[in-house]
Amino acid sequence: MLIFTLRRLSLFIFTMLLLTLLSFSLSFLFPGDAVINLSGAINATPSQLAQLNENYQTGSNIFVQYFAYLQHIINGDLGLSMASQSVISHEIMNLLPATIELSLVALLIAMFAGIPLGFIAAINHNKPSDNIILSVSMLGYSVPVFWLGLLAILIFSINLGWLPSAGQISLLFEIELVTGIQFIDILLSDSPYKWQAFSDATAHIILPACVIAVAPATIFIRLARTSMIEVLNTSYIRAASAKGLSFQQIIFRHAIRNALIKIIRHVGLQFANLVTIAMVTEVIFSWPGIGRWLIVSIDQRDYTAIQSGLLVLSCFIFVVHILTDFIYAALNPLARGIKHGSR
Amino acid sequence: MNYLKTVIGVCFTLLLLSACNEEGKLSLSQRSVIYCSEGSPETFNPQLVTSGTTIDATSNQLYDRLIAYQGEKNELIPALAKSWHVTRDGKKITFYLRKDVTFHQTDYFTPSRLFNADDVIFSFNRIIGAEHPFHLTSGGHYPFFQNIGFNKLIDKIEKINDYTIRFHLARADSTFLANLATDFAVIISAEYGQKLAKNNTKHNIDIMPIGTGPFKLKEYRVGSLIRFYRHEAYWQTPAQMEQLVFDITSSNTGRLTKLLAKECDVSSYPIAHEKITEHTDLTLESVTALNVGYFAFNTTKAPFDNVLVRQAISYAINKNVLLETIYQGHAEFANSILPNSSWAYDKNTKTQEFDLTKAQNLLAQAGYPDGFTMDLWAMPVQRPYNPNAINMAKLIQADLKKINIDVNIVSYEWNTFLHRLSLGEHQTFLLGWSADNPDPDNFFTPMLSCSATQTGSNRTFWCNQDYDELIQKALKTSNINKRKQYYAQAMDLISNEVPLIPIAHSKRYQARGKDIIGKIMAPFGGISFYQVGKSTINESSLNEKAQQDESITSEDIN
Repeated sequence: MLIFTLRRLSLFIFTMLLLTLLSFSLSFLFPGDAVINLSGAINATPSQLAQLNENYQTGSNIFVQYFAYLQHIINGDLGLSMASQSVISHEIMNLLPATIELSLVALLIAMFAGIPLGFIAAINHNKPSDNIILSVSMLGYSVPVFWLGLLAILIFSINLGWLPSAGQISLLFEIELVTGIQFIDILLSDSPYKWQAFSDATAHIILPACVIAVAPATIFIRLARTSMIEVLNTSYIRAASAKGLSFQQIIFRHAIRNALIKIIRHVGLQFANLVTIAMVTEVIFSWPGIGRWLIVSIDQRDYTAIQSGLLVLSCFIFVVHILTDFIYAALNPLARGIKHGSR
Repeated sequence: MNYLKTVIGVCFTLLLLSACNEEGKLSLSQRSVIYCSEGSPETFNPQLVTSGTTIDATSNQLYDRLIAYQGEKNELIPALAKSWHVTRDGKKITFYLRKDVTFHQTDYFTPSRLFNADDVIFSFNRIIGAEHPFHLTSGGHYPFFQNIGFNKLIDKIEKINDYTIRFHLARADSTFLANLATDFAVIISAEYGQKLAKNNTKHNIDIMPIGTGPFKLKEYRVGSLIRFYRHEAYWQTPAQMEQLVFDITSSNTGRLTKLLAKECDVSSYPIAHEKITEHTDLTLESVTALNVGYFAFNTTKAPFDNVLVRQAISYAINKNVLLETIYQGHAEFANSILPNSSWAYDKNTKTQEFDLTKAQNLLAQAGYPDGFTMDLWAMPVQRPYNPNAINMAKLIQADLKKINIDVNIVSYEWNTFLHRLSLGEHQTFLLGWSADNPDPDNFFTPMLSCSATQTGSNRTFWCNQDYDELIQKALKTSNINKRKQYYAQAMDLISNEVPLIPIAHSKRYQARGKDIIGKIMAPFGGISFYQVGKSTINESSLNEKAQQDESITSEDIN
């Protein structure tokens, strides 16, 4: 386990180095002065600019400049937003939790809807229900998310009036920002309307989370289906059924556990996909998350925000990957021991 | 599997719990109203701006004035001043103030005394007195007051006692009282000013406002929301709603969606009017606002310094088409800058014809038989007086093509646009004017007078001595028939000289849920949520209300 951890850690460090290198080079590729692109200080006075040049070591060679940049990042200094002149790291800290919340809820929905459906399809392999589930999942996978989002608003918000169409919570509720994750903040707050706020926030998250969940859910359906079919064809399942275990016992005790392990590996991969979908969805549902902020920044040519936003988002996705790897390793002892070329 | 069960279990319990409302109590949403507004305010002090968005968000919510308008005739009624007296020569105006008015108590300020004469002096001296400690805070621009020449008009403001105040005017001015009742002439707290000056945080006076109005500011997030709480100790009966939230939604479709999805109770400038009227639980209201949308020339730049060219263009523009396509019929044809509903409007003002041959002849006379190329600046934002200036510019481009004038359409971001206009970089432009008070002078002076060329609100830079004389005479007389005559002559002068081509007087629209009762819009000035309440739907009374609102427009001041 130690070696496994060390390997992941070194992978993390090298990937982060590459990412920072990329975002550092972006400041030269974007139009304008590199120091201003890095710091976002568009209104800096000459003396401030001189100070910035010194901080970012622009006089020295490119390696020194890169390390100066790394130092800033490690200290949490991501510069100022060119558009609003606010501190980017603060903005990100306020916005990232909202995206995490939305993505996690969407991931849960995708898993709870996709995996059982996939299992059902596998159990009924080559029967009509299998075909229906597969074709529906194909359809769900092909629907573009921006269209689905607008359609969902049209049907569920405007025509049926069941669910709200925009934002994280009704503006009437004043919830103090503590963790940034709305549900936790509501529970922590001392508002007399806690439960009204909670149900309101729940109503607000349903539509965007479901829209995001559609595409990953279809992938989970197919993953779950394949891995279940694989498991059901293994000899230990045949042995179990020869032993006289009932069908239910076979599925719930043996098949599901083993099939799930294979899926968990893919959850991490799907998360990157899901965050991308979430970015578009945040725009449609005016969700105050980092995706919407990043898209607005691109729109405003706010280079500092684009750079830092990309860095933070990719870092976040990478951390999730590593975490799922750990979970996978914890659940499946085989994974820990795999050496190069051993499979 | 056990994990899974626990997680599912927890989720269900949470959902169940979330369904539990505090029964018995009115829910928060029944005691609050959400207004989807079209933009962020620039400041929280209406003295500093003329922008409608800022006025809507601040003026009638946070503040009161000495006197106010009431009713269909726009009579002046007492507000913070319980009565007033004007001397016979019209130069001394004395106000007797109310003694029971409290300022807002908020997280950032607790008033220790009631409203008195010091606050009135503080508020008005800030505008007129360069030596006032707050005069230059926030830039020292008071566009409305500078346009009407407020500092030259007022000799001094005298405090007679704690609750009596006298304005000494340099000359009689029949619009003075009307101007004091506008959205801009608000009363701010002198005590708050002193506290800020002591703490060296003067700029907060316009960011964290303290007023006497029916609501107080609780929270403002730029580009996102403004939250107001009810001012419990308001000097009139407190507002019905405990909380008022402005949900800042700049996209038109966004506001429509939120309205249809019941996320806003009231929406500003709605689109898709049919869609709204189709819904049984929504209503659409309109008032013909006192405004004008126009196409104007920079009369200092060739070839537009030539009156023949200006006349030629005025004959070449098909206003009826503009009215149909841009305003979609939700506006009135403009014959002059003054809307027909104003009492000073002269019914004999001639209607501008659409006549291409006349236009071509005039152009030939002016020395441009083969036409020329010009820039047309179209404003980038939607305003009540012009819902889509870019499209209007395209139509005008097509119209002028017929008399061989090539039009380049130019547009900048809104603030840049206004700034460059005031510098006079343009040739021609599309813009408009919304009245701040029902007095006709509010159209004539700020739009076309010589003094307004300096303050930047007369972007035609047209300065005509006869015109200025006429509107000055109109101001000095209190005989209403004489005033009307002077204004008729002024309108005549405008239609001969054509510094601008008035296009339309639009209606201002607003949509709301039927459960929202009470008047919000007025034909001029900002909206007010003071009288707004929520009720179970009572259709008949609402329809009556809507009809009343509609009728204000036609009978307005007549």
